[in-house]
Amino acid sequence: MASATQEITAEDLHGPDPTVSATGTPRLTGFVVFVLSFAFALAFWQAVSVSGVVREQDLPSMTATMGELWGLVQTGSFWTAFLQTARGWAIGLGLATLLAVPIGIVLGLSDLAGRAFRVPVEFLRPIPSAALIPLLFLTLGPTLQSEVFLAAFGAFWPILVQTMYGVRDVDPVAVDTARSFGVPKRERLWRITLPSAVPYIATGMRIASAVALILAFTAELFMGTPGLGKLLNYAQSYGLTTQLYALALATGALGVGTHLLFTTVERRALRWHPSQRVEAV
Amino acid sequence: MRGRGHETVKVAAEIAVPIAIVVVWELWARSADSQFWPPPSKIVQEFNDLWVFEQFRSDVVPSLMRILLGFGIGSAVGVAIGVPLGMSLWARKFAMPQIEYWRAMPPPALLPISVLLLHSIGNLQKVSFIAFFCIFPVLLNTIDGIRGLDPTLVDTARAYGIPAHERIRRIVLPAAFPQISAGMRISLSLAVIIMVVAEYFSSTSGVGYVLLISKNTFQLGPMWAAILLIGVIGYVLNLAYMLAERRMLAWHRGWRAATPQ
Repeated sequence: MASATQEITAEDLHGPDPTVSATGTPRLTGFVVFVLSFAFALAFWQAVSVSGVVREQDLPSMTATMGELWGLVQTGSFWTAFLQTARGWAIGLGLATLLAVPIGIVLGLSDLAGRAFRVPVEFLRPIPSAALIPLLFLTLGPTLQSEVFLAAFGAFWPILVQTMYGVRDVDPVAVDTARSFGVPKRERLWRITLPSAVPYIATGMRIASAVALILAFTAELFMGTPGLGKLLNYAQSYGLTTQLYALALATGALGVGTHLLFTTVERRALRWHPSQRVEAV
Repeated sequence: MRGRGHETVKVAAEIAVPIAIVVVWELWARSADSQFWPPPSKIVQEFNDLWVFEQFRSDVVPSLMRILLGFGIGSAVGVAIGVPLGMSLWARKFAMPQIEYWRAMPPPALLPISVLLLHSIGNLQKVSFIAFFCIFPVLLNTIDGIRGLDPTLVDTARAYGIPAHERIRRIVLPAAFPQISAGMRISLSLAVIIMVVAEYFSSTSGVGYVLLISKNTFQLGPMWAAILLIGVIGYVLNLAYMLAERRMLAWHRGWRAATPQ
């Protein structure tokens, strides 16, 4: 499973860049830089649209888009769509986790099972789930099921591969020690193998979370299952350019939100684990 | 890895299980006779009819070109931005919120905007769109690779009066390359996915376009052939990159040590 490690960025392994919110620098300075960064980007956008380099039909001004977004967040239909997208993401990711973790444990623990399913896994994993959209559209239709299926299918592979890798990467000395002390197999699994695989599973879930959100949104955009993607599709069809931009920004915010949720939970939940301590040095 | 036990049984399982899956699918699909789930033999036949080599030039070549160009441009931009950001703490602090925002953005959300801004549904829009999202994995890995550099290396070079551009070319980039390369591999598989989505959204050629047309005309055969082809493209590109990476990084001791077998 050499490939499993190389799929992961350092950021995935260590969590986000510690300089962003690390303890080394005062939190206030960090916050000021953060605000400045966004202020600069927004000012740049405004400057481009005011200067007329890009036509207004193509790029509405920053102020107009923000106004539109402000209007949107006060409507119930926006929040309904927002929650529908979040629902597709959550159910898809949850299902993928429920399936991938046990299967990953079995394939990771048993050499025979791992070898037997190596080829199917290696072949199915790189298939872009987006290619399944037309098939789902024709079979399940624009329903929550097809959105969830798509999200779960995409999210399944990173979790599976990470779980397998985590189970295999357990310290053999710890296992052998437990074995020589006569600790039964089930106990070894619960107390040694699983705890040491948890950070890997967490990494897999963090990658899978981004995948699940993208696919939930894509299902809505292309199949018309209700959610932000469907709203975006409407805005595009009716030429509501300002709304199109506002919705894209909101989708990005949902992406950031789910990412932050995962990194925060991961950092808190895995505080006990050596991988987090090593990282703090 | 753990080579104990009956090696022959394992090899047999490795070969037999995939075959068994295909056979079961074939038998099931034949008995079910559903138009949605054709048997593998039919998909392979459709695959032959369509891609070898009927529409290879008209649809497969454009898609591959877009993937490779977008991937190449995106990677180059990612490294070009990543080097200064990796070397300067304040530039990094300033840019990080932007990077975090754009890379968390689900790519399809920007599809209509890219069409508006570029006035194109052709290669310009496809390649730029793919390139944009290929930047982030490479960028983040470049930054991380440079931050993980041994400071003694850089300081020594500086003490010997080696100019900055030489330091970057001879020390920083080679040392960070294993990590940059890992980011590029992620970008490459991302490029395939984004190609499909972008072509499916709006295009006049490409594998994603075939997917769209076969959906609109309710032709399940070409659709399955397209899905299979996309899988093959993803698999082959990933494999090709892995082999290229192994050659490029053959000198790298850490990489060798980290790789089992």
